[in-house]
Amino acid sequence: MALLDVKNLHVAFPRGKKGDVEALRGVDLTLEKGQRLGVVGESGAGKSMLAFAILNLIADPGRVTQGSVTFDGQNLLELSERQIRRIRGNRISMIFQDPMVTLNPVLTIGKQMIETLKAHRSISTREARRLSVEKLNLVAIPSAASRMDSYPHELSGGLRQRVVIAIALLTDPELIIADEPTTALDVTIQAEIMSLILRLCRENEVALILITHDLGVVAEVTERLMIMYAGKCVETGRTRDIIDAPKHPYAVGLLKALPQNSTKGAKLYQIPGSMPPITNLPVGCPYHPRCERATDKCRAAIPPLAHGVACFHPMHENGPYGDMEAAQ
Amino acid sequence: MITWRGFLKRFLSDPVAIGSAAVLLVLILMAVFAPLIAPQNPYDLLQLDIMNSDLPPAWRNGGDDQFWLGTDTQGRGVFSTILYGTGISLLIGIGAVLVQGILGITLGLWAGYKGGWVDSFLMRLADIQMSLSTLMIAIIALALFQAAFDANIYADYAIFMLILIIGMAEWPKFARTVRSSVLGEKNKEYVDAARVIGLPARKVMWGHILPNAMTPVLVISTIQVAEAIMTEAALSFLGLGMPTDKPSLGSLIRSGFEFIFSGSWWITLYPAIVLVTLVLALNLLGDWLRDVLNPKLRRGDD
Repeated sequence: MALLDVKNLHVAFPRGKKGDVEALRGVDLTLEKGQRLGVVGESGAGKSMLAFAILNLIADPGRVTQGSVTFDGQNLLELSERQIRRIRGNRISMIFQDPMVTLNPVLTIGKQMIETLKAHRSISTREARRLSVEKLNLVAIPSAASRMDSYPHELSGGLRQRVVIAIALLTDPELIIADEPTTALDVTIQAEIMSLILRLCRENEVALILITHDLGVVAEVTERLMIMYAGKCVETGRTRDIIDAPKHPYAVGLLKALPQNSTKGAKLYQIPGSMPPITNLPVGCPYHPRCERATDKCRAAIPPLAHGVACFHPMHENGPYGDMEAAQ
Repeated sequence: MITWRGFLKRFLSDPVAIGSAAVLLVLILMAVFAPLIAPQNPYDLLQLDIMNSDLPPAWRNGGDDQFWLGTDTQGRGVFSTILYGTGISLLIGIGAVLVQGILGITLGLWAGYKGGWVDSFLMRLADIQMSLSTLMIAIIALALFQAAFDANIYADYAIFMLILIIGMAEWPKFARTVRSSVLGEKNKEYVDAARVIGLPARKVMWGHILPNAMTPVLVISTIQVAEAIMTEAALSFLGLGMPTDKPSLGSLIRSGFEFIFSGSWWITLYPAIVLVTLVLALNLLGDWLRDVLNPKLRRGDD
């Protein structure tokens, strides 16, 4: 049985008399124990919304309108607040983007860690402190014991993100959702933090959902990949396969836009236009206004997700550029 | 965030802050150690001698060295009654602010965090309460209380009643302040992080949001103490506050006011000076605290 099974997840925000706006429009994903999944897409594609929906923490007035999130046999969306609190932060933990703002500025690191442990285990403060220091050591924080009494503002960004990771690991979760864990960090620190997350997930057999817009990171860390566009999954499959031979034109565009894939000296590629706001999606395939391969069929109907790609005219298996050239 | 060291530095570089804190400290110490300092216990009727009544201050003609600031019409030394009265005024001020704070913080936190109809209901309630003046509510409540019980019971419980009434009447100030800072804090990511950790709403509110929303609460607390002391003094002056045998600064002013035209001005003047000094020191300190804790007014040196 899969560790996490999300089926046809819809999240909507009411907009008065105009009806609802859908931020997620039917997302499916499965994750086996210890598996690492990358979720990639532009800002506003619904990546973070997916993370919060999995934990049933959609902020008011948004709500899940359809679908199920099955974690280890339980539908998280049907659990009571009390039951789901036993899972949040315990069996599923989350790492946020900006460690500057995810740690409470007025509480010491130690207090925040001990509180997390005590919320889920009935242990003494002394024992909680010991375990916390152990995890701080695990994420390679120097002089961990003395850091316990530091306030977040006394630590550098990299150290803070390590603390956040240590907090996520405190309860030995089975799944970690990392929402752009390195975006807010210096480039030099990014690789360090990413390899730390990868190492810890491998060593402890923790499943990982890595939300990012950095395809380079995804290629290194994850086994499976899901590309989101306007609240829907447009392509999913093995990371290696998609990176080598993307089928959806959007995936092709994303890969082509990577600076390392461009010819030296040439102007960097960018996908024309921008993602439509979820309040004003075009009829048919949401990507068609930006797509070079769009036809009348794309403008009329939404392509279903079939064989891992939601496109009427997917690229063939002949590499990322072959088709493009053929089309031109 | 301002550090303790930065706070101390700002404090030591501001003569107004040092001055008002020193004055406040002296007044508090005087009130706390009143039984040791005061030459006479004005509550103990056996120590009072009617022959000593209406004596002018010691340095004036007819003054007695035993009574530095003179005596009132019951033979109580004005200096002694001021010492005890300051204590009662401070006790009422601080007690009332505790009541306001507990009520206001709880309701403000709840309104800000929950939002929706809870918020609307509590804030409309606050609006209604704010539209009735504190003094008016207190006058009605205390007048009823005085009429319903006999003078002895009233004398015993007056201090609790004053704390409770002034406290209940002023909760909206705390509630509004807390609510607005909660609204600013609750969308920050550390709140999401706390919820993701699996903490119940109660712990997210009290343990994570409130400590970040406390700064303005500290500021209004000092000013509210001053305001509560003033309210109490006003009520006492109207004869609805502390009884004359357990005088606060306000009741002292009132008891002397009747004799001010017969020449015994000292009975009123000295308690009034102390009251004004106390309230002024509290207000100045509150203003200073607001300036220091407000990041928008902060200089770059801390």
